Amino acid sequence: MSAHSPLPSHELAIRVRALQVGFGTRLVLNNLELDVRRGEVLGFVGGSGTGKSVLARTILGLVQKRAGRVEVFGEDLDQLSKEGHRAMERRWGVLFQHGALFSGLTVLQNVQVPMREYLSLSPILMDELARLKIALVGLKPEAADKYPSELSGGMIKRAALARALALDPELVFLDEPTSGLDPISAAEFDELIKTLQQTLGLTVFMVTHDLDSLYSVCDRVAALADGKVIATGTIEQMLAAEHPWLRTYFHGTRASRLTLARAQSTGA
Amino acid sequence: MIEPSFTQGTTAQALRFGLGGCWVISAPALEATATQLEAAARNAQHIEIDLGEIIALDTAGAWLIDRMRCAIKAHGGDVRLVGARREHDILLGAAHYRPFDVKPPVQGSLLVERLADVGETVADAGRDLYRGVSFLGEVMSALVRLILNPARMRSTSVVYHIDSFALRGLPIIALINFLVGCIVAQQGIFQLQRFGAATFAVDLIGILVLRELAVLLSSIMVAGRSGSAITAELGSMKMREEIGALRVMGLDPIEVLVVPRLLALLVALPLLTFVADMAAILGGMVVSITYGDFSMDVFFDRLQNAIKLNTFLVGLIKAPFMALVIAMISAMEGLAVKGSAESLGRCVTASVVKSIFMVIVVDGLFAMFFAAIQY
Ligand SMILES: Nc1ncnc2c1ncn2[C@@H]1O[C@H](COP(=O)(O)OP(=O)(O)O)[C@@H](O)[C@H]1O
Ligand SMILES: [Mg+2]
Repeated sequence: MSAHSPLPSHELAIRVRALQVGFGTRLVLNNLELDVRRGEVLGFVGGSGTGKSVLARTILGLVQKRAGRVEVFGEDLDQLSKEGHRAMERRWGVLFQHGALFSGLTVLQNVQVPMREYLSLSPILMDELARLKIALVGLKPEAADKYPSELSGGMIKRAALARALALDPELVFLDEPTSGLDPISAAEFDELIKTLQQTLGLTVFMVTHDLDSLYSVCDRVAALADGKVIATGTIEQMLAAEHPWLRTYFHGTRASRLTLARAQSTGA
Repeated sequence: MIEPSFTQGTTAQALRFGLGGCWVISAPALEATATQLEAAARNAQHIEIDLGEIIALDTAGAWLIDRMRCAIKAHGGDVRLVGARREHDILLGAAHYRPFDVKPPVQGSLLVERLADVGETVADAGRDLYRGVSFLGEVMSALVRLILNPARMRSTSVVYHIDSFALRGLPIIALINFLVGCIVAQQGIFQLQRFGAATFAVDLIGILVLRELAVLLSSIMVAGRSGSAITAELGSMKMREEIGALRVMGLDPIEVLVVPRLLALLVALPLLTFVADMAAILGGMVVSITYGDFSMDVFFDRLQNAIKLNTFLVGLIKAPFMALVIAMISAMEGLAVKGSAESLGRCVTASVVKSIFMVIVVDGLFAMFFAAIQY
């Protein structure tokens, strides 16, 4: 199983080559290679602190890379002009691991920030669209006028997703979107991602530890260890993989309990 | 990208619209096209909207189309959406129209609002005073607990804060006071020359600097430099629930965070005041010698005649009180921070403004007190 796919670059939403990122003397990502195809949901797994968030932040240009090449929609991000970057930033939405909502704005205003910045819509439509997004991610209408400090952890995740989806982006980065959600909400979350992927052709780069999400929404899974993508493939391929870390990850006690339950429920 | 558009036609039973182009949020004409379509369809009885030719649809486009459908229906027309591709159908279902009954903000009368504002501000000031006194009590009781049980004193923290408040603030405070000493001397000599009493400028420098200026300038500088830092530190800890974390571990935030800063300020401000005294007198001396043409002997002779020990002590006695005022206000504001970055900014501003104001008020009270006891 190779990290490279033979697909031409216009079929790829994200293409990362020979990426090196480090802090101080420590190299977090070392010669990392990754392809994310257009229209797919890629689940990204790896131990805590292995650099999943760092990779997402590097692709987004928030962390300086030491070496390597990052292409998004076939364009090398280093070569883009200022306008090119602005145009690119319209096409992606980001759900940060800790939400990163603007604390001085209500949920509604948070969702409207990118709309105000990039679009000229009538105030009524902007209001309606923001409230629609808030409803789509499963928040109650009353939540729209709350401030981030008044929200629970799960609500923050949802509000942050609503903001990430504000401009109907083509590519979304989700950093542990379902951590901190109850299983029912997490399943709804997955459902929404799936619907958006199928209807809008959304490409999703999802960092997650939620095995349920990996099974239910991810088209492919990539695993990060030792600063590299050690394997990519469908969940079945990952389950069959030989790498010791993958075996513990997918066949550990928690994972096998889940696989067993799944097998029983589909078998029954 | 192809802009959204529609064509109009009729079939046997219905008015028929064929939508085309990209009905997506990034199309500038999206909203206008939807409005036009709604106007054209408004008064018809039977309407068919064909979605088959749409190139791209997103939630905004789906919302507008479904909103239009509901608006026409509310008008008594009957609408059918036909020819939608499967994925567009799912999207229309997900982003279906729903009314959001948003209550418009209540518009009160301007006069009443202003009056209410004034009332609120006054009540706030009263509450501030009340909270201030109770906070002072809390801090004092924590202080007494620590004095009775000195092992719990966080001496590392105290030393660390003395370093950051006193040592790192020293250069700028010395410089400011040196310059103010120079200015007072220059003005004193210049104005008193006209009465042939230029040497009395030395009395002016000695008394003014030692009694008032050095301690006042140091306190104002510390309020701006260290008071704001205390508020920002405690405030961001409050924002991230670190204060709550301390509390549930059985640690008293006042004991852990406020008392060390208070003690550090109590040590730092008198030290800074002393340095400020020296710097200002040095500044006065430099100007007296270079600009006033006094000899060194004359300067020191006049200075010894003008000031006594109590002139120096009056300034120094005030310093710990100023430190207490600054520490109380900045810690209280820090702990009053709510969840947002904006509230942190507001509290830091309030902390600096209130500290400086209270420093000046306390200085005025001391002036009256010392005058009354003729010290
Ligand atoms: N700004 C930073 N400075 C120094 N080290 C960092 C920084 N951000 C992340 N790291 C380090 O990089 C590693 C990967 O972090 P991260 O990507 O957040 O982990 P995760 O895979 O759990 O998301 C961690 O060891 C972390 O300590
Ligand atoms: Mg992370």
